[in-house]
Amino acid sequence: MKRLLGAVALSALASAAQAQEELKVYIFFEYIPQELVEKFEAETGIDVTVDTFDSNEAMLAALKAGRLGEYDVAVPGDYMVEILRNQGLADTFTPEELPNFGNIDPQWIDVPFDPGRTSSIPYQWGLTAFAVNRDVYQGPIDSLSIIFDPPEELSGRINVLDSQGEVLALASMYLGIPQCTQDRDQLRALNDMLQEARQHWASFGSDTSKEVLVSGDAAAGMIYNGFATKARDEGANIEYAFPKEGSVIWMDNVVLLRDAPNRDNALRFMNFLLDPENAGAVTSYAAYQAGVLGAEEFTDPAIRDSPENNPPESVNLGDFVMACDETTQATYDAIWTNLKQ
Amino acid sequence: MAARRPGERSLLVPLLLPTWAMIGVFMVLPVGVMALYSFLTREFRGGVDWTFSLSAYDQFFFDRGLFGDEAPRLQWAYISIFWRSIWQAVIATVLCLLVGFPTAWFIATRPARSRGVWLFLITVPYWVNLLIRTVSLRFLLRDTGPLNQGLMSLGLVDAPLPVVNTNLAVQLGLFYSYLPFMVLPIYAAVERYNFALSEAAADLYASRWTTLREIVLPLVKPGIVAGCLLVFVPSLGAFLAPDLLGGAKTFMIGSLIDEQIKGSQGNWPFGAAVAVILMTLVLIALVAYARSVTRERSA
Repeated sequence: MKRLLGAVALSALASAAQAQEELKVYIFFEYIPQELVEKFEAETGIDVTVDTFDSNEAMLAALKAGRLGEYDVAVPGDYMVEILRNQGLADTFTPEELPNFGNIDPQWIDVPFDPGRTSSIPYQWGLTAFAVNRDVYQGPIDSLSIIFDPPEELSGRINVLDSQGEVLALASMYLGIPQCTQDRDQLRALNDMLQEARQHWASFGSDTSKEVLVSGDAAAGMIYNGFATKARDEGANIEYAFPKEGSVIWMDNVVLLRDAPNRDNALRFMNFLLDPENAGAVTSYAAYQAGVLGAEEFTDPAIRDSPENNPPESVNLGDFVMACDETTQATYDAIWTNLKQ
Repeated sequence: MAARRPGERSLLVPLLLPTWAMIGVFMVLPVGVMALYSFLTREFRGGVDWTFSLSAYDQFFFDRGLFGDEAPRLQWAYISIFWRSIWQAVIATVLCLLVGFPTAWFIATRPARSRGVWLFLITVPYWVNLLIRTVSLRFLLRDTGPLNQGLMSLGLVDAPLPVVNTNLAVQLGLFYSYLPFMVLPIYAAVERYNFALSEAAADLYASRWTTLREIVLPLVKPGIVAGCLLVFVPSLGAFLAPDLLGGAKTFMIGSLIDEQIKGSQGNWPFGAAVAVILMTLVLIALVAYARSVTRERSA
């Protein structure tokens, strides 16, 4: 009898736990401040679980392997938003469902990966170009030729991101050809140019892109702007460049997932993140930029005012990395293999 | 053979079950999954479509140009990646053998009390994660690191020796990573060697060199072979040393597979096919070796 009572009590507990409002978030590791999660929990009484991934591809693989329906929102990069939408893994919402929708910086509403913002909102964005050690090279650094056709001082001392998407996108901008072009002459030119350029490169590395600049192993390197800020903080005499041909823009976004078990809570969370104060808190932690109007006021000034985060007014920001169609991607893969053969 | 007690046979199956389960779950299943995936159709951006296809192997062996519509030629890209990886692994193995054999010999000829300490010292660095040790090696070898600064302050070189981001750095990294796998099996073999045999050889006027070649080496050969295998096989698939010390400028087998499975291209069948081809090559080499040994023994 006692045991029976115990079982009843247990099941009562279980159903109480079910009644507790929940939210499951899937995000890059170390990308959301714990205090902000606690603030959301305190404001709404919703119990938040945060799971982390270490790459967009790992997230996609997990969702496709059956984790869809478990998470409410995920925070992937730009091209991955498009892939999620194309593969039917994202849900849609209307602007009316997010009272703070109007806080989104208008330049990030009609983005190529989610035009009009029907499945995602901005989380953080930044630029990817390159930084140059000013002790080694004092000339102008306003062009991508620093990487692809470098001056003598930098030749053989360049680190390049070990990432097909960013390298081919920047190379295309340098040549002035569209990303994912299907024009064969342009693709051949891209291949030939990279074969020339690789002779000037010392190494490929993404995780190490900051460290090689700080240590002096590389005198110039492709790098994310926020990463360049950190390299400078660690004592490297580097200058981050905003090349005239354009940079790679990247943006991580909060995506409403299909089959979200707590869709309403997910929308409340997204709305919460669009509040300038909260967007500022994320930015102070992640050290990029928010894409939410008014967030600057609540952002750590050291991050807000860094030269890396403040491109000159007139500069060509560039473009997001495009997700190519299957045929063009096959050619891109071949070019990349040639490059690293 | 002793007669079996009644009931022994009926016990055999349940007693062997754990072994079979281990082999099945940890060897046959994963390798089977890998082999199966290599024959499936690639799903764009990761995953597989469950229809039979040879296109992964086609991609490995045939080059159809940048756009995939030229007449197929032999694909040299992947062959050269394999060749480079094998070559790096061979050099690492030879380096390990050159350093590992004398080391093992030294330890095995110490008094029994101190051998334990020496073996212990060999294993100490391996309590530290491989990634950390590889990064540390990069710190030591880099232009601004102690090796080059030391050489420069001694006036031996004017400019830093370019070691980081070269093949030499990769070979050093592999050598350092896998050295104990060479030392320990050779040590085990040398420890069992009966040194009275060397004395007997010397009594019969064998030179030291002859003793080593004719007596010692044949007897400790199993240890050397085991050590070489334990160094060569993981070196083949290594990608930490090529990435961190070699600058990841060129694909190695390990990084090629890694890119197929984890990269944005997500070509799982091709990654699996590369792994199957690598495994087949290693298997062929091992079988050929085993057969030559059997022939030697029966001759």
